[in-house]
Amino acid sequence: MMRRSMVVFGALLIPVATAIAQDPPIDQGVRIGITYTPGLRPGLLVLGGPRTEALDSARAILQRDMEYSDQFEVISLPGGDSLVIGIARPESGPSGGGPTGGAYINYSLYAALGADYAVSVLPGTDSAAYAVTVYDVRGENARSNLRLPVGDPRSGAFRMAVHRVADDVVRAATGALGFAATRLLLVRAGGLYRVDADGAELEQVSPPGVTAFSPSWHPSGSRVAYSELADGWGTIVLHDVATGVRRILAGTEELLNISPVFSPNGEAMAFTRIGEEGAEVYRYNLSRDCCLERLTVGRVSDKLSPTFSADGRRIGFVSTRAGGTQIYVMAADGTGQELFAPFDYGVTGNSNAPEWSPDGLYIAFHRDVTGSPQVFVMDARARAVRQLTSAGRNHDPTWAPDGRHIAFVSTRTGRRQVWIMDVETGRVRQLTTIGDARLPSWSPRIPE
Amino acid sequence: MKAKFTVFLGMVAIIVAAACGGQPEPVIPQPDPDSIAREQARRDSIAREQARLDSIRRAQAEQERIRREREEVARREAAVTAEVRQMLATMVNFDFDRSNIRMGRDTDMLQQKHAILQANPALRIEITGHCDERGSDEYNMALGMRRANAAKAWLTSRGIADSRVTVRSMGEERPMAMGSNEDAWSQNRRDEFSITAGGDRLVKPAGM
Repeated sequence: MMRRSMVVFGALLIPVATAIAQDPPIDQGVRIGITYTPGLRPGLLVLGGPRTEALDSARAILQRDMEYSDQFEVISLPGGDSLVIGIARPESGPSGGGPTGGAYINYSLYAALGADYAVSVLPGTDSAAYAVTVYDVRGENARSNLRLPVGDPRSGAFRMAVHRVADDVVRAATGALGFAATRLLLVRAGGLYRVDADGAELEQVSPPGVTAFSPSWHPSGSRVAYSELADGWGTIVLHDVATGVRRILAGTEELLNISPVFSPNGEAMAFTRIGEEGAEVYRYNLSRDCCLERLTVGRVSDKLSPTFSADGRRIGFVSTRAGGTQIYVMAADGTGQELFAPFDYGVTGNSNAPEWSPDGLYIAFHRDVTGSPQVFVMDARARAVRQLTSAGRNHDPTWAPDGRHIAFVSTRTGRRQVWIMDVETGRVRQLTTIGDARLPSWSPRIPE
Repeated sequence: MKAKFTVFLGMVAIIVAAACGGQPEPVIPQPDPDSIAREQARRDSIAREQARLDSIRRAQAEQERIRREREEVARREAAVTAEVRQMLATMVNFDFDRSNIRMGRDTDMLQQKHAILQANPALRIEITGHCDERGSDEYNMALGMRRANAAKAWLTSRGIADSRVTVRSMGEERPMAMGSNEDAWSQNRRDEFSITAGGDRLVKPAGM
């Protein structure tokens, strides 16, 4: 009993690897997982077990993904005590079927630690994959058996494989897929970069010497689009991330073309063209590779930054028709333009950079509040607007595929960095630590 | 008697002289018409050569003078061109989130550019609008274009042909001054003017 108490005490003191804070930030560092929000989020325990570099690495990545999912109170345990609460496979171990036998799982101990779920990562029954098992601690049964393909624990591919399993763990526990197996695009010093959703594997996507702007993902997760700037003109480039093959969107060789976005089915692209007549929203038919058409009209105002609704039938955009910039919406063919996000004329600050959530329920955007942009989210149906940030300058929000997390640029700690917020709880974490990151775009799930 | 003796002495002298060297009687040079002509020809030839060289020298000097003069003209023209280019490159600035041309210094600058464009009919320019780091990155691309368009409209509404002025926008991507303060921001909110054609030799507008 004494020993168990010590373990629990130890768990309380493990600092979370990455600072997690509310917005505005509270004290960073220790998060006391078991006690401070009882009943709000299920407790989750990543179990120890036999140690190899790959297994340890998988457990560490998995645990961080569980933390970043904002769905669980992740119960941290000192590594040295893993055997105490881990799964000790007896010498005579069960024959096949993975470590699902109730006899080896100390459910009552996990329950005492506050866990509703436990996850084990163990050598598999075959050499091609590790066995990842999700246990329902209260129900005292194994809820899901998952396979993690064996790989080089230091490779990005292995990390991504762990992220995919992590998303399945989240689904096993909550019913909805997690968003760990995703990446974000961002622009830094003109270069286009991608980074995994846990902040690892930062890699340059654009060729050297190219000035990239306003990137976005194809719904397949394997292609991206961005504007390549040169001498005051911008060309829309379609870039296959896997092969590196780039091609220019026909008709964008001239003028300043920016902010390309794919329709949810990938068959169309909308973008902003800026010329002497001002900024207008255009649409291109990708499936037929033709038919560039202008969706907005009017010399007096600028129309820019299109975003498709989840069903692809509507496009949100920014217009200056009321003087400052505000968020409007129209049908995908350009008809029926109307104000989308309500504002008080002459009072509400400029609103920009709208992005429709993948589930179609919300629009995230940024709006100036006393001179600083702040991230807002609007209920697409009720058109009720809610401010999410207040510390520093916060702008250019982008949705995770779970429709619950957003990434955005923030200056709260000085230079522009990309941060991630759980819209439901307001919890934030810093994604990037490179200098001056901006224009993030969150991917769909990355295909295998 | 005395005369005979003199003759005798003279003969002795001749004999002695003859015995000593066998020298022929010295020839007294006589003017030779041919040699005079030759000499004259020689002198004439020297004079001609001199004249030729002189003329070459004079031509060279003249060439040099012309060259210098041309150089001087070119130098002056280049200086004027450089000065006009510099006038043309003067930037126009804007208020935050605005694209209207401000009365005063900025209209003076545009007036100057207008006069230069009128005095140099072959001159074509490009106006590039820029923004400070505040405001949405994408919106700033549109705002930069509005700023470039505002300066273009100022010029074309005063008689400059539309085709002589092109516009571009760099948004906030090319700041002139780094830093996040009003000093840097006010410098970065600008139109830049560059020459796209006809800028090799520029003349100053009258009265400048």
